[in-house]
Amino acid sequence: MVKNVSIVEKVHSANDQIAEEIRQRLDNSSLFSLNIMASPGAGKTSLIERTLKELHPHHKIAVIDGDLATSIDADRAANAGATAVQINTGGQCHIDANMLQKAINSLDLDSFDLLLVENVGNLICPASFQLGTHKNVLIASIPEGDDKPYKYPVMYQDLDALIINKIDLLPYVDFDMSYFEKGVQLLNPNLVTFPVSCRTGEGIEPWISWLAGWIVSKTT
Amino acid sequence: MHELAITEQIAAIAIKHGEKNAAQSITDLYLVIGELSTVIDDSVQFYWDLITENTLCEGAKLHFQRIPALFICKECGKEYSLIEGELTPCPNCQSNQMEILQGKEFHLDSINII
Repeated sequence: MVKNVSIVEKVHSANDQIAEEIRQRLDNSSLFSLNIMASPGAGKTSLIERTLKELHPHHKIAVIDGDLATSIDADRAANAGATAVQINTGGQCHIDANMLQKAINSLDLDSFDLLLVENVGNLICPASFQLGTHKNVLIASIPEGDDKPYKYPVMYQDLDALIINKIDLLPYVDFDMSYFEKGVQLLNPNLVTFPVSCRTGEGIEPWISWLAGWIVSKTT
Repeated sequence: MHELAITEQIAAIAIKHGEKNAAQSITDLYLVIGELSTVIDDSVQFYWDLITENTLCEGAKLHFQRIPALFICKECGKEYSLIEGELTPCPNCQSNQMEILQGKEFHLDSINII
């Protein structure tokens, strides 16, 4: 005889549970953490290098890099002074909480005050997997075009900060900033936004202050 | 794009509850998927038969209930949906201030077992 069993369980519940455990561990170690997302080539690793350059003298920073393959990004972060761990997702389009937990196990969390998680370059999948990190940051870059908020709405909805990178290229490409900002407004009205150029260093200072403020709020 | 991982999670949840209820077999799964959840039913279906071979879920049929996206304007209170698949300002007052009422759901609602 057929019997119907009511379940009502979120499909992501296993992931979300691990994410909660991760958050607990980070909080126990008074560690502030970011999940940094972007499309490939938007400047995730460049932003991390810039951030390390500014904050490394004052804070102990760990970087976890997610990529399909290679350790190029982790090597760049290590060269910039961080303790870096590479996650190779083996083809998977995002980092999930289970992968992050394994990477975190190889770090002595108490000895850091900032953890930067560089997600796989992708504007779709990372938005669906909570990691337990404190803030979600997206890097949009000028050459990608001004229509991205409209095309990838889910990514923009759950953000805590938006970095608009490569603003030094604005004179050379067709990027309508007001159209872009209108799309962002629609999805995430109070989103804090940092227009920067990781190449020239323009606009980096407000981003560093924002981040430093959060680190201090965790450690004091 | 990550439907393989998702399909594995769906199977794991169903099998967990099937075992808890001493099922000999799971025949049907009822999934609820919001329009904003970026899950593609066809891809889930594609992986389903492959990953459920020799499990309690083997041969089970997947049923998808789609929940349309619904927004409410914070300025004038009008409720509206995606227009031609796109998110727009409020069609009544053009305000950008809106809240999502539904459309982000993604859960396994129930299963049929024998």
